[in-house]
Amino acid sequence: MAFTFAPFSYMLALLLTAVLIFFTIWHIIAFDELKTDYRNPIFPSPPQVPDSQRSTPIDQCNTLNPIVLPEYLIHAFFCVMFLCAAEWLTLGLRMPLLAYHIWRYMSRPVMSGPGLYDPTTIMNADILAYCQKEGSCKLAFYLLAFFYYLYGMIYVLVSS
Amino acid sequence: MQVPSGYGVHPQNYIPPSGHYPQGPGKMTSLPLDSQCGDYYSGLYTVPTQNVVTSNTANQQPGAQHMYGRGPPAPHIVGSTPGSFQGAASSTSHLHTSASQPYSPFVNHYSSPAMYSANSSVASQGFPSTCGHYAMSTVSNAAYPSVSYPSLPAGDPYGQQMFTSQNAPTVRPVRDNSFSGHSTAIGHPSPLPPPPSHQYHQQQSLSGCSTLSWSTSGLPSTQDNLVRNHTGTLATASSNPTNTVADSLSCPVTQNVQPLKSSPVVPTVLPGASSTRTPPAANRPVEPVASVTQPSELLQQKGVDSSSTTSSASPVPNSYDALEGGSYPDMLSSSASSPAPDPAPEPDPAPAPAPSAPQPSKMAKPFGYGYPALQPGYQNATAPLNSAVPPSSPGYSGFQPYAQYPGMNQLSSSLGGLSLQSSPQPESLRPVNLTQERNILPMTPVWAPVPNLNLDLRKLNCSPDSFRCTLTNIPQTQALLNKAKLPLGLLLHPFRDLTQLPVITSNTIVRCRSCRTYINPFVSFIDQRRWKCNLCYRVNDVPEEFMYNPLTRSYGEPHKRPEVQNSTVEFIASSDYMLRPPQPAVYLFVLDVSHNAVEAGYLTILCQSLLENLDKLPGDSRTRIGFMTFDSTIHFYNLQEGLSQPQMLIVSDIDDVFLPTPDSLLVNLYESKELIKDLLNALPNMFTNTRETHSALGPALQAAFKLMSPTGGRVSVFQTQLPSLGAGLLQSREDPNQRSSTKVVQHLGPATDFYKKLALDCSGQQTAVDLFLLSSQYSDLASLACISKYSAGCIYYYPSFHYTHNPSQAEKLQKDLKRYLTRKIGFEAVMRIRCTKGLSMHTFHGNFFVRSTDLLSLANISPDAGFAVQLSIEENLTDTSLVCFQTALLYTSSKGERRIRVHTLCLPVVSSLADVYAGVDVQAAVCLLANMAVDRSISSSLSDARDALVNAVVDSLSAYGSTVSNLQHSALIAPSSLKLFPLYVLALLKQKAFRTGTSTRLDDRVYAMCQIKCQPLVHLMKMIHPNLYRIDRLTDEGAIHVNDRVVPQPPLQKLSAEKLTREGAFLMDCGSVFYIWIGKSCDNNFIEDVLGYPNFASIPQKMTHLPELDTLSSERARSFITWLRDNRPLSPILHVVKDESPAKTEFFQHLIEDRTEAAFSYYEFLLHIQQQICK
Repeated sequence: MAFTFAPFSYMLALLLTAVLIFFTIWHIIAFDELKTDYRNPIFPSPPQVPDSQRSTPIDQCNTLNPIVLPEYLIHAFFCVMFLCAAEWLTLGLRMPLLAYHIWRYMSRPVMSGPGLYDPTTIMNADILAYCQKEGSCKLAFYLLAFFYYLYGMIYVLVSS
Repeated sequence: MQVPSGYGVHPQNYIPPSGHYPQGPGKMTSLPLDSQCGDYYSGLYTVPTQNVVTSNTANQQPGAQHMYGRGPPAPHIVGSTPGSFQGAASSTSHLHTSASQPYSPFVNHYSSPAMYSANSSVASQGFPSTCGHYAMSTVSNAAYPSVSYPSLPAGDPYGQQMFTSQNAPTVRPVRDNSFSGHSTAIGHPSPLPPPPSHQYHQQQSLSGCSTLSWSTSGLPSTQDNLVRNHTGTLATASSNPTNTVADSLSCPVTQNVQPLKSSPVVPTVLPGASSTRTPPAANRPVEPVASVTQPSELLQQKGVDSSSTTSSASPVPNSYDALEGGSYPDMLSSSASSPAPDPAPEPDPAPAPAPSAPQPSKMAKPFGYGYPALQPGYQNATAPLNSAVPPSSPGYSGFQPYAQYPGMNQLSSSLGGLSLQSSPQPESLRPVNLTQERNILPMTPVWAPVPNLNLDLRKLNCSPDSFRCTLTNIPQTQALLNKAKLPLGLLLHPFRDLTQLPVITSNTIVRCRSCRTYINPFVSFIDQRRWKCNLCYRVNDVPEEFMYNPLTRSYGEPHKRPEVQNSTVEFIASSDYMLRPPQPAVYLFVLDVSHNAVEAGYLTILCQSLLENLDKLPGDSRTRIGFMTFDSTIHFYNLQEGLSQPQMLIVSDIDDVFLPTPDSLLVNLYESKELIKDLLNALPNMFTNTRETHSALGPALQAAFKLMSPTGGRVSVFQTQLPSLGAGLLQSREDPNQRSSTKVVQHLGPATDFYKKLALDCSGQQTAVDLFLLSSQYSDLASLACISKYSAGCIYYYPSFHYTHNPSQAEKLQKDLKRYLTRKIGFEAVMRIRCTKGLSMHTFHGNFFVRSTDLLSLANISPDAGFAVQLSIEENLTDTSLVCFQTALLYTSSKGERRIRVHTLCLPVVSSLADVYAGVDVQAAVCLLANMAVDRSISSSLSDARDALVNAVVDSLSAYGSTVSNLQHSALIAPSSLKLFPLYVLALLKQKAFRTGTSTRLDDRVYAMCQIKCQPLVHLMKMIHPNLYRIDRLTDEGAIHVNDRVVPQPPLQKLSAEKLTREGAFLMDCGSVFYIWIGKSCDNNFIEDVLGYPNFASIPQKMTHLPELDTLSSERARSFITWLRDNRPLSPILHVVKDESPAKTEFFQHLIEDRTEAAFSYYEFLLHIQQQICK
């Protein structure tokens, strides 16, 4: 029986990728919420109330920032895992994203806490659009990766 | 003639009312008109007038605002509201006569307006029946009511209502006292006798009008005659000569309207028009101006109406067209739209006679049609009434004159005066060969281009001082915008000081139910009960309360409400608009008292200033004030009432700051005034011997936040060095050797996010932090500024401040403080910017926190704060011809009132690239680019930002060259509207914020960037491109009169040393600094008469004041400088710079057209651009 480290890492990656997909969806929803302004529908009274109830960029950033590092670490963890399992192809596929993550975190705005998103600039349309695009690209990548891991796991199991 | 005219009149009358519904604002109610006029006129037009205005308008003050205040406009609004009061349910609308100055004058009017309106209405009714049109026209000349007359004869209820409203407004412009007497007297007596003469007048007036319209300023003799005639009639009618003049002015306006509408009536009207146009003729400059504004609006509306008149009235329409046309070219050319400029007095008698029947109809279309097009529903309704009106006329021609004036060219030949307008290429598109044009800078200040709307809308539109768009013709699609390579955005000055502002109290503030837009002059009324939102196109109901018009005390005229007559209004908001009871005014002063601060000596100045202005701090009886000082510890002051003297409480635990006695640190200003005064007297001497050099700014701010968070308010922080203790401590990041580096400029961004986070916390608690940085060394403004940037505060920087060594800075601080302490303030504010569906906000610039895509959170709003917004076009605007922008600023006034100030701007949409270029507001574009460049330098790098600026010029000019102009490509061609673009961008590149290669301290650079972000456009432009005047030969030629002072208006000089002659003396106005450069061989007479020294050699090196000498040249120079100073909130300091003195490098740095060792000259820059384009 060849239940070696490689299939194990694929299984773990499968599970963790599900987590990453969840994070990414969370991102996408949060940015979408920021972008689409909930103009209160037909309700002829105070403008203030809806405004105050609306989630502010501060809230959104406070919820998003804590999950940025975990996502990056999980992804880095994959890379280490596949490195150890000597799955070079998979590792090669993962490396670009790892590099992107490193670059992204290096170039984050000046912040004392962990995270990427600055509530004072997040509403800037360019940045918001970038974040949204990043979110959807990542979602696509993770989804493909999910199926790739599934395939890879079965392939490794079968071939061994 | 007469008969047809009469007919024409009737239909017109009818039409106008209908027209009113949709957009009622312009036309009828004098009240709204006045107010609008005041606003717009002054804003758009008056400004130019000030400069331009000749002696006639002596009374006018420099600013548009002044105009407001003076006369008519302010009263109008007030008056109107008061009138409504009397008549109507008291609650519906009021004017607020708050304690503050501007409104109070209105009070007087209250009783009077109602009276007048009643009188006038009566009179008007009587007239029409008796006199018929002629009589009416005559009446109009003599008396105010004339405007409404046309409607009356028609017998429409609307007309009557209109009438009343109009009367009231017209009356108001005139002096209050005279009003009652006049109105009655004038209206009745005058009309009857004069009719025949009036007719005569009319004819003359027609000719006069046309001339007037064209020449605006250059009053031909005919005008004078007309005026005299009028006055004569008036005199007969009314006893007061002065009043008569004013009346006549106002009357004519109204009259003008009639003539415009109906050609037959014309004669009377025309004179009025002429009078309006030519305020100078009138004895009283101020009043005429006001009246003028009204008339113009009236005219516009009428003009719209006039479209219906195809009749023989041709002369009238011509004149009318001429009027409009006259304004058009001016507007486009960006020269002052106001009458003042009166560049070409060309009397053009031709236009008046020339008019043939067909012309008028065509002409009329553009104007008249703008509205109908907008509101199809309305059109239909009106159409039946004006059978004569050409409904078939293609809608919007008004908006796009160039493209759509097919007939114009043909007509133009006959209409000499119209040639400018009708020329296929508007002035703003005239190709300018930049490299050939040596004097690109105009001699007169550059005014904002006026959107190419029909006259109605134009008059209603928001003042460019408050609201400007970089493109006054909005491209239809993003693709078109991309092709034009021009930035699209808005520049706002929402809370600027206005001397006149309609304030509306109403139970229901009418807003669109889906997009929450406030009702504004650009909505369309589908019928009496429904209106269509101009931003989202939803059809809304008109609430019952809105049907009643308080101004006219009439029912069923929602289109005449002040909300619909003014594009800048202020609402008193109900409790619906409050999340909590309105906060009191709360001021906290946080003062650095370390050794460095004491050494600089700012405390003396501050305390002195505070003592002087303690009673002028804006606020009500709840006003609270508190003080904190800090060095390495934090000191609180217990000022609780009942103490015998202030108690100082020291907290030395700066790691965990707490408030020793939270309740007694912020105290009521009035209850504890004695203690406060004691403290202020003691403070400057309390720390004289301190040896503490550390500064715990961060903890002090945390304490301030704790102290303020229950209420919110304003924190003023005075800091003199780098914070060195506790949270938020900073390290010096500047490398002095890199100051003149041409490569990378680092550290433009903050070193820590401590200040930003604290600012966001403050913003959440409605607390704004204003930073005064008085420091001689590097203090890392880039980090410190965050505390103000994100809490909507403001930043003041006084480099190398010292109260004795640097007296000019000390004086500046003193003056700035006076303004700072006493200016208006709004608390717990939010500002929302809405725009027509299809456009969206992209990025905001200024000091605030963005809460959502269109909502800015402003803990405080100050009248000196400006904002910029980048826009993008998300959906094509093909199905609309107009777009509107609305900013609503909801704030708590210092009196504890919740108020909403609403500005609405309306702009046309164009589909051709040429039109986009024709509508560029180059100043706005440059200011927006500057804002974007600041962002770019912080997020990317300074060199990126500089490249982007250059590319902006290269791209737009090459796009223009390849698409619009078909001239040879070897030359650098720009449309006239963009001819200053390269110059301004070069000026930006040489501005402290963006320059490289010249030694610039990091803090100076960062401060310049902060200013770019938060200064309103007018002040920013001076900072970017200073104005240079030669002042040793001031003459009264072209001088304007302000407050009985003669203010000379020397021509602008280009910023080049070639203009500096050794024999001259030059004044450079850089916004916050004035330099007077004295040439070496300057005339000794000038030096003696103005500077008070016998010769050049005896002028001291440091001179910051002009002595008050009793000579003509001294008087002129001083009145000019004072006038320049009065126009801005922060008093600039004056430096007299001798040629050869070391200080002259400062001065020469601003000569941006010259070459420096590190930067291009203007000509080289042009060549560089040309090279880039050819690549």
